[in-house]
Amino acid sequence: MAKKSPLSPEARSIINARVSRRAVLAGIGGVGAAGALAACGSGGDSAASGELVRWGNWPLYLDFDEENKTYPTLDKFTEATGIATKYFEDYNDNDEFYGKVQAQLKLNEDIGYDLVSPTDWMAARWIRLGYAQKFDAANIPNKSNILDTLASPSYDPNRESTLTWQGIMGGFGWNTEKNPKGIRTLDDLFAPANKGKIVVLSELRDTIGIILLAQGADPATVTEDQYMNAVDFMAGKISDGWIRGVKGNEYAEDLTSGDATAVIGWSGDMFILASENEGKFDFTIPESGGTISGDNLLIPSTATPEAKASAEKLINWYYDPAIAAEVAAYVNYVTPVKGAQAEMEKIDPELAKSEYIFPTEATMKNLSVFRSLTPTEETAWTEAFQKAAGN
Amino acid sequence: MQKIRTPYLLLLPGFAFLFTFFILPIVNLAQTSTQTPISGGDTGQYEQTLRFQNYIDAFIENREQFGRSFVYALIATLLALAISYPLAYAIAFKSGKYKNLFLVLVIAPFFTSFILRTVAWKQILGEEGFVVPTLRTIGIISDSTTLTSTSFAVVMGMTYNFLPFMTLPLYASIDRIDPRTLEASGDLYANGFTTFRKVTLPLSMPGVVAGTLLTFIPAAGDYVNAAILGSPNTKMIGNVIESRYFRIVDYPTAAALSFTLMAAILILVTLYIRKAGTEELV
Repeated sequence: MAKKSPLSPEARSIINARVSRRAVLAGIGGVGAAGALAACGSGGDSAASGELVRWGNWPLYLDFDEENKTYPTLDKFTEATGIATKYFEDYNDNDEFYGKVQAQLKLNEDIGYDLVSPTDWMAARWIRLGYAQKFDAANIPNKSNILDTLASPSYDPNRESTLTWQGIMGGFGWNTEKNPKGIRTLDDLFAPANKGKIVVLSELRDTIGIILLAQGADPATVTEDQYMNAVDFMAGKISDGWIRGVKGNEYAEDLTSGDATAVIGWSGDMFILASENEGKFDFTIPESGGTISGDNLLIPSTATPEAKASAEKLINWYYDPAIAAEVAAYVNYVTPVKGAQAEMEKIDPELAKSEYIFPTEATMKNLSVFRSLTPTEETAWTEAFQKAAGN
Repeated sequence: MQKIRTPYLLLLPGFAFLFTFFILPIVNLAQTSTQTPISGGDTGQYEQTLRFQNYIDAFIENREQFGRSFVYALIATLLALAISYPLAYAIAFKSGKYKNLFLVLVIAPFFTSFILRTVAWKQILGEEGFVVPTLRTIGIISDSTTLTSTSFAVVMGMTYNFLPFMTLPLYASIDRIDPRTLEASGDLYANGFTTFRKVTLPLSMPGVVAGTLLTFIPAAGDYVNAAILGSPNTKMIGNVIESRYFRIVDYPTAAALSFTLMAAILILVTLYIRKAGTEELV
């Protein structure tokens, strides 16, 4: 997939801006101390009291104007609705963020956010524990714009308390000089040339999901035996010295530095690497299938009714195809909003053709969603994965 | 009466601080360490069942990482000592008017974050740094050998990161040595080596003891170097605790491991100080 079309100057400047911010974050990423970058308020004074949304989101996950240090779509939202926003780029890690706020959630005390962005499985946990509020459908008419593939996840079949922020495809990424024929299968990944230079994701649903698919199992219905079998496969590749690391976003640095030549990675990161280093990196969904997951917009149980209504309006705003296209042009992940592709044509026709952002039907069919786990499974399966990763 | 009360009043802020940020968390940690999952409960929900077996399970399951932590910390401490001693000696006796400058240089890396310094090592030892290509040209390492994601990189990172903790106490005690004792040694026909062995080294022992403790203790519990510079095969006990706490959400095991680590360090340090003599610490 993913024909790498040369980018327009606008798109390139957007990407470069993002990458320069990534460089700042590079060091802090892994160990999660990016709090320093937090809190960019906008329009604080103009809004009526109570009309404020505090949103905790992942770093580099919203269009950002490097020159004015503002978030353009967020500012436009404040202009259009009079609702002020406080945007925090401090959702660095699902587990870490959960660890930070879970005590307050339990006591139903304000956690400091009216909108958070957990990944599917973490959103499932929030819903299960009653930490998520149900949307008032009247405030989110654009809800119907969600892509069909994302419309009914097992943890929230009717999308009553979550909506996807961005979709993330998991697949193979590689250095084209070291893998001139590309990587289509797990055997290609574990080719002798890549020995000791393979990095896989620390997100078990992607890494194990892709191994499962290669072994003929389906992540959507995976059994414990199948799962443990796939984990053993990974553990073997680690102890035999094939896999050098099990990491989050930092695998991108390993690819650029040459320490890694092939990875199980995420579409958005690989898009940036590919477009930044003309032809040096490529990404594809494995022949046997890739994974798709999403980060979700979720209103915590601790948000006040006023804040909840404001947060819903904000969600509705980002489900407007034109706004979604603006965000997609910056973040390069799979946009969950129907009609955004048509809007993207107006901003950047080249980007509108990108399979990274707007995967075709055929690609979509080859993507699997990892099923929800029961609490017992979640603990046991994570433990097995972590142990295989040396922890 | 007044006189008796004053010292206690002066100690009050310290006590209050330690109570809030040390005693309370430790008690909490101890309570957590013997808990077990609530049957049918959700991820991260535990109840107190006083299961001390948690400690044994946690230790047996992770003995490899425990062993690794202490071996890495020991090697890093010895390397730091080997590098720091001549350095501290040179600064104390040979640097003349540049003494302060050199001391500042020793501390200067501390102005940058610990993590950034470790990431820098990743670049130095990476494929595009100068070390790997140089060693390949000389033929010391083969084309397929890499330096990052190895135990070598982890130990190097630890040695570097804790170097000032070794250098500064060493400098402090070497600097206190009266140069006339060295002269006297020479007057008594001792050669350089004998002078070092009989005079300099014994007099600098407080620095050696303090430096090794200040390096070894944080190094044994470190997880940043193993996380950034290591691979799954070089994980240390700190990484396991992090993973247990944040990833697996297994608070009891994380707490039991933390206590075991504390106890192990305490025992090792006690034995060491016994051997070295407490008077050396001053």
